[in-house]
Amino acid sequence: MTITALLFASYAEAFGRDRMELEVPDGSTVGDFLQRLRGMDREGRLPPAPLIAVNERYARQDRVLRAGDEVAVIPAVAGG
Amino acid sequence: MRVAIVRTPLDPSALLAEVAATAHGASVLFVGTVREVNEGRAVGGIEYTAYESMAARELDAIVAEAASRFETDAIVVEHRIGALAVGDASVVIAVAHPHRAQAYDASRYVIEELKRRVPIWKREAYVDGTREWVDPTATRTEVAP
Repeated sequence: MTITALLFASYAEAFGRDRMELEVPDGSTVGDFLQRLRGMDREGRLPPAPLIAVNERYARQDRVLRAGDEVAVIPAVAGG
Repeated sequence: MRVAIVRTPLDPSALLAEVAATAHGASVLFVGTVREVNEGRAVGGIEYTAYESMAARELDAIVAEAASRFETDAIVVEHRIGALAVGDASVVIAVAHPHRAQAYDASRYVIEELKRRVPIWKREAYVDGTREWVDPTATRTEVAP
Protein backbone atom coordinates (compact mmCIF):
# COMPACT_ATOMS: atom_id res chain seq x y z
CA MET A 1 0.00 0.00 0.00
CA THR A 2 1.06 3.58 -0.53
CA ILE A 3 1.71 5.93 2.39
CA THR A 4 2.42 9.63 2.01
CA ALA A 5 5.31 10.84 4.13
CA LEU A 6 5.44 14.51 5.09
CA LEU A 7 8.73 15.99 6.23
CA PHE A 8 9.21 19.34 7.88
CA ALA A 9 11.91 21.84 8.81
CA SER A 10 15.28 20.15 9.48
CA TYR A 11 13.95 16.77 8.31
CA ALA A 12 12.80 18.20 4.98
CA GLU A 13 16.31 19.58 4.53
CA ALA A 14 17.94 16.29 5.46
CA PHE A 15 15.88 14.36 2.89
CA GLY A 16 15.97 17.12 0.28
CA ARG A 17 12.18 17.17 -0.03
CA ASP A 18 9.09 17.71 2.06
CA ARG A 19 6.88 14.95 0.73
CA MET A 20 7.23 11.45 -0.73
CA GLU A 21 5.15 8.39 -1.49
CA LEU A 22 6.37 5.17 0.13
CA GLU A 23 5.28 1.59 -0.62
CA VAL A 24 4.96 -0.50 2.56
CA PRO A 25 3.44 -3.97 3.13
CA ASP A 26 -0.20 -4.10 4.25
CA GLY A 27 -0.46 -4.10 8.03
CA SER A 28 2.66 -1.98 8.50
CA THR A 29 2.87 0.11 11.65
CA VAL A 30 4.28 3.58 12.16
CA GLY A 31 7.42 1.83 13.49
CA ASP A 32 7.77 -0.20 10.26
CA PHE A 33 7.32 2.95 8.21
CA LEU A 34 10.06 4.68 10.24
CA GLN A 35 12.37 1.73 9.66
CA ARG A 36 11.81 2.19 5.94
CA LEU A 37 12.42 5.92 6.12
CA ARG A 38 15.56 5.42 8.18
CA GLY A 39 17.02 3.40 5.31
CA MET A 40 16.86 6.57 3.21
CA ASP A 41 18.32 8.83 5.92
CA ARG A 42 21.93 9.03 4.78
CA GLU A 43 22.85 11.84 7.14
CA GLY A 44 21.35 10.06 10.15
CA ARG A 45 19.23 13.08 11.03
CA LEU A 46 16.21 11.14 12.35
CA PRO A 47 16.29 10.56 16.11
CA PRO A 48 15.48 7.05 17.46
CA ALA A 49 11.83 7.95 18.12
CA PRO A 50 10.74 11.08 16.29
CA LEU A 51 7.28 12.56 16.87
CA ILE A 52 4.79 11.18 14.38
CA ALA A 53 1.35 12.35 13.31
CA VAL A 54 -1.00 10.24 11.23
CA ASN A 55 -3.62 12.26 9.38
CA GLU A 56 -2.83 15.34 11.48
CA ARG A 57 -3.02 13.62 14.89
CA TYR A 58 -0.09 12.50 17.04
CA ALA A 59 0.30 8.74 16.85
CA ARG A 60 2.35 6.02 18.54
CA GLN A 61 4.83 3.67 16.89
CA ASP A 62 2.49 0.67 17.17
CA ARG A 63 -0.28 2.40 15.23
CA VAL A 64 -1.28 0.28 12.20
CA LEU A 65 -1.33 2.24 8.95
CA ARG A 66 -3.91 2.13 6.17
CA ALA A 67 -3.50 2.84 2.48
CA GLY A 68 -3.52 6.57 1.80
CA ASP A 69 -2.56 7.59 5.33
CA GLU A 70 -0.57 10.78 5.59
CA VAL A 71 2.31 10.25 8.02
CA ALA A 72 4.10 13.37 9.20
CA VAL A 73 7.56 13.14 10.75
CA ILE A 74 7.75 16.02 13.17
CA PRO A 75 11.01 17.59 14.43
CA ALA A 76 11.05 19.09 17.93
CA VAL A 77 8.43 21.84 17.77
CA ALA A 78 9.49 25.42 18.43
CA GLY A 79 6.46 27.65 18.09
CA GLY A 80 5.66 30.77 20.08
CA MET B 1 -12.96 31.05 20.57
CA ARG B 2 -10.88 31.46 17.43
CA VAL B 3 -7.44 30.40 16.27
CA ALA B 4 -5.51 31.22 13.11
CA ILE B 5 -2.14 30.64 11.50
CA VAL B 6 -1.44 33.79 9.50
CA ARG B 7 1.24 35.23 7.21
CA THR B 8 0.54 38.90 7.87
CA PRO B 9 1.62 41.10 10.81
CA LEU B 10 -0.36 40.51 14.03
CA ASP B 11 -2.47 43.21 15.63
CA PRO B 12 -2.58 42.52 19.41
CA SER B 13 -5.06 45.30 20.18
CA ALA B 14 -7.54 43.90 17.67
CA LEU B 15 -7.43 40.51 19.43
CA LEU B 16 -7.90 42.20 22.80
CA ALA B 17 -10.96 44.02 21.45
CA GLU B 18 -12.29 40.75 20.07
CA VAL B 19 -12.51 39.09 23.53
CA ALA B 20 -13.70 42.17 25.44
CA ALA B 21 -17.21 42.03 26.94
CA THR B 22 -18.88 43.78 29.88
CA ALA B 23 -19.31 40.41 31.64
CA HIS B 24 -15.53 40.13 31.87
CA GLY B 25 -13.66 41.87 34.66
CA ALA B 26 -10.27 40.80 33.36
CA SER B 27 -8.54 40.60 30.00
CA VAL B 28 -5.05 39.18 29.57
CA LEU B 29 -3.05 39.84 26.41
CA PHE B 30 0.10 37.80 25.74
CA VAL B 31 2.37 38.87 22.91
CA GLY B 32 5.37 36.74 21.95
CA THR B 33 8.02 38.63 19.99
CA VAL B 34 11.24 37.82 18.17
CA ARG B 35 14.12 38.39 20.59
CA GLU B 36 17.39 39.95 19.46
CA VAL B 37 19.60 37.43 21.27
CA ASN B 38 19.21 33.66 21.70
CA GLU B 39 21.71 31.67 23.73
CA GLY B 40 24.26 34.41 23.39
CA ARG B 41 24.00 34.78 19.60
CA ALA B 42 22.76 37.96 17.95
CA VAL B 43 19.58 37.19 15.99
CA GLY B 44 18.66 39.13 12.84
CA GLY B 45 15.31 37.43 12.21
CA ILE B 46 13.38 34.19 12.36
CA GLU B 47 11.68 32.17 9.67
CA TYR B 48 8.64 30.26 11.00
CA THR B 49 7.23 27.28 9.16
CA ALA B 50 4.32 25.05 10.14
CA TYR B 51 2.39 21.92 9.30
CA GLU B 52 -0.42 24.36 8.83
CA SER B 53 -3.51 22.15 8.84
CA MET B 54 -2.36 20.21 11.90
CA ALA B 55 -1.12 23.35 13.67
CA ALA B 56 -4.55 24.94 13.36
CA ARG B 57 -6.23 21.74 14.51
CA GLU B 58 -3.91 21.31 17.51
CA LEU B 59 -4.22 24.97 18.48
CA ASP B 60 -7.97 24.63 18.27
CA ALA B 61 -7.87 21.62 20.62
CA ILE B 62 -5.68 23.54 23.11
CA VAL B 63 -8.05 26.50 23.15
CA ALA B 64 -11.04 24.17 23.67
CA GLU B 65 -9.20 22.55 26.62
CA ALA B 66 -8.43 25.95 28.13
CA ALA B 67 -12.04 27.06 27.64
CA SER B 68 -13.42 24.05 29.49
CA ARG B 69 -10.75 24.04 32.19
CA PHE B 70 -10.94 27.75 33.01
CA GLU B 71 -14.57 28.37 32.06
CA THR B 72 -14.38 31.02 29.40
CA ASP B 73 -15.05 30.99 25.68
CA ALA B 74 -13.35 34.36 25.24
CA ILE B 75 -10.02 33.09 23.90
CA VAL B 76 -8.44 34.13 20.60
CA VAL B 77 -5.01 33.00 19.36
CA GLU B 78 -3.08 33.94 16.24
CA HIS B 79 0.36 32.62 15.29
CA ARG B 80 2.29 34.21 12.49
CA ILE B 81 4.52 32.23 10.12
CA GLY B 82 6.95 33.31 7.41
CA ALA B 83 9.92 35.65 7.77
CA LEU B 84 9.79 37.79 10.91
CA ALA B 85 12.18 40.51 12.01
CA VAL B 86 13.46 41.19 15.53
CA GLY B 87 10.65 42.79 17.53
CA ASP B 88 7.86 41.39 15.35
CA ALA B 89 5.03 39.63 17.18
CA SER B 90 5.01 35.89 16.42
CA VAL B 91 2.08 34.89 18.62
CA VAL B 92 -0.78 36.73 20.31
CA ILE B 93 -3.14 35.22 22.88
CA ALA B 94 -6.10 37.23 24.17
CA VAL B 95 -8.23 35.85 27.02
CA ALA B 96 -11.10 37.46 28.91
CA HIS B 97 -12.85 36.11 31.99
CA PRO B 98 -15.04 37.51 34.77
CA HIS B 99 -12.03 37.09 37.10
CA ARG B 100 -8.30 37.68 36.71
CA ALA B 101 -6.94 34.43 38.13
CA GLN B 102 -8.64 32.28 35.50
CA ALA B 103 -7.76 34.75 32.73
CA TYR B 104 -4.05 34.51 33.63
CA ASP B 105 -4.21 30.73 34.02
CA ALA B 106 -5.95 30.20 30.67
CA SER B 107 -3.42 32.43 28.88
CA ARG B 108 -0.51 30.55 30.47
CA TYR B 109 -2.06 27.19 29.62
CA VAL B 110 -2.43 28.11 25.95
CA ILE B 111 1.16 29.32 25.46
CA GLU B 112 2.72 26.39 27.34
CA GLU B 113 0.72 23.79 25.43
CA LEU B 114 1.33 25.61 22.13
CA LYS B 115 5.08 25.36 22.70
CA ARG B 116 4.78 21.69 23.58
CA ARG B 117 2.37 20.40 20.92
CA VAL B 118 1.75 22.70 17.96
CA PRO B 119 3.82 21.72 14.88
CA ILE B 120 5.56 25.01 14.17
CA TRP B 121 9.30 25.37 13.68
CA LYS B 122 11.67 28.28 13.52
CA ARG B 123 14.97 28.84 11.82
CA GLU B 124 16.98 31.65 13.30
CA ALA B 125 19.09 33.83 11.05
CA TYR B 126 22.04 35.22 12.99
CA VAL B 127 23.66 38.53 12.25
CA ASP B 128 26.89 36.67 11.41
CA GLY B 129 25.09 35.23 8.36
CA THR B 130 24.51 31.68 9.65
CA ARG B 131 21.10 30.04 10.10
CA GLU B 132 19.93 27.23 12.35
CA TRP B 133 16.74 25.35 13.14
CA VAL B 134 15.82 25.88 16.78
CA ASP B 135 15.55 22.67 18.81
CA PRO B 136 14.24 23.38 22.31
CA THR B 137 14.89 19.76 23.30
CA ALA B 138 18.59 19.86 22.45
CA THR B 139 20.94 20.24 25.37
CA ARG B 140 23.52 22.88 24.84
CA THR B 141 27.10 21.74 24.70
CA GLU B 142 29.24 23.88 26.95
CA VAL B 143 32.77 24.56 25.83
CA ALA B 144 35.32 23.66 28.49
CA PRO B 145 37.53 26.57 29.60
